[in-house]
Amino acid sequence: MKQNRLWAFFWVLLLLGGALLVTAPASAAPVQKNIILATTTSTQDSGLLDVLIPIFEKKTGYFVKTIAVGSGQAMAMGAKGEADVLLVHSPDAEKKFIADGFGINRRLVMHNDFIIVGPPSDPSGIKGAKSAAEAFKKIAVSGALFMSRGDNSGTHAQEKKLWKAAGIDPEGQKWYQQTGLGMGQTLNVAAEKKTYTLADRGTYLAMQKNLGLDILCEGDISLLNIYHVIEVNPAKWPKVNAAGAKAFADFMVSREVQEIIAKFGVDKYGSPLFFPDAGKPE
Amino acid sequence: MDLILEGIRQAIHLLFTLDPEVLGITALSLKVSGSATLISLCIGISSGTAVALNQFPGKRLVISLINTGMGLPPVVVGLLVTIFLWRNGPLGSLEILYTPTAIIIAQAVIATPIITGISMAAIQHLPRELRLQILALGATRLQMVWILIREARLPLLAAVMAGFGGVISEVGASIMVGGNIKGYTRVLTTATVMETSKGNFEVALALGIILLILAFLINAILTHIQQRERPR
Repeated sequence: MKQNRLWAFFWVLLLLGGALLVTAPASAAPVQKNIILATTTSTQDSGLLDVLIPIFEKKTGYFVKTIAVGSGQAMAMGAKGEADVLLVHSPDAEKKFIADGFGINRRLVMHNDFIIVGPPSDPSGIKGAKSAAEAFKKIAVSGALFMSRGDNSGTHAQEKKLWKAAGIDPEGQKWYQQTGLGMGQTLNVAAEKKTYTLADRGTYLAMQKNLGLDILCEGDISLLNIYHVIEVNPAKWPKVNAAGAKAFADFMVSREVQEIIAKFGVDKYGSPLFFPDAGKPE
Repeated sequence: MDLILEGIRQAIHLLFTLDPEVLGITALSLKVSGSATLISLCIGISSGTAVALNQFPGKRLVISLINTGMGLPPVVVGLLVTIFLWRNGPLGSLEILYTPTAIIIAQAVIATPIITGISMAAIQHLPRELRLQILALGATRLQMVWILIREARLPLLAAVMAGFGGVISEVGASIMVGGNIKGYTRVLTTATVMETSKGNFEVALALGIILLILAFLINAILTHIQQRERPR
């Protein structure tokens, strides 16, 4: 009889392993309920989505899986049909995304702006520069260290655009360093090494007190940081939750949400982190 | 230095006020890594024992592969599991990407070679005569295997602790297959990375300290079992 018990025990042990694996998928939610939102680290880090997503979920009953990566990766996910809706801020790449047929209904949601920050000593003297491109040129000419995100994010794309406008190719130059990391971490590295960097105002404000970097250039029209919501094209990827994507996109441009966006951050930072733009001409 | 002190202060504060979000993250870490370790333990100890006790062509190669598996980069495992689980991948219809289940799977893949390799070495280390002795006393093959496992209890529990340690501290695969979704797939390690990237160093440190406390408690229990005196 001991033999039988031992046999039974052994089988139980082996089956336990298998059972845990098999039962788990059965508890996954039905496909229509889940929406995969691919968005940028700046929208997540600012805390805006932590406010908006619960409101959306309560209102519609959808479950939103917010995957915060860079705009580049978000669009790559959309291009593979692995996301349902995108909230990104990389306009040139977005236009290509739409042109390639991967996305539909690209709608303006909000904007904030980028700022050029750097050490208070401002070694390249960019404070008071007439444009962001001019500031970049000064940095390049003086050879002062510049920290780039180098990760194909919306911020990185904007930075590359500004270098182009300044007529400079920073790749390979000694003073041009790339972290490949998110905005918060890049700001930390820039602060540590006392370099210039391009940041979105939201993340900078959230980290300001510990950083020790000053805003040295702002307000230029080329520093506008514009967010769009894009639904992934269900014609290209039938498994996409098209209804959910549309519901979320409609939600982001709805009047009530636009008002929440307008007030977000005011009590903490004294000024809103984002400016609502839905419905305005591009 | 103040940062570390502040981190400790925050950790104590979060734990004593039973901050619900932190409790949820901690519970999820325990559940996910615990399940992964349990699965790996079942697969690992049985496979390790099987490889150790049997002769077959290519045994050396299999052992090398298992030992290599112990050093599998978790982030590569995460990438591979993602490719399998995403919608248009082979297992996409299961809809488990960005769920705690996906993290359990990835962590099980990481922990299994570790537990297998160490179990294998533990069983191989037992004297050959012991096997023959047990069989000579009239045990069935299965009973023999069970007795050998009991004999090797010390290193086998070390294997389990190694497997658990490997996955409770893992972050690369967990972020990739889990997505670090608030309240759903956010575990202690992924939350720590996020808080660091946001610049909230004190919170990140606090979460790290809580993780260390959790790992210590689990390992203390396992060590107690491991070091128990055998009944004479």
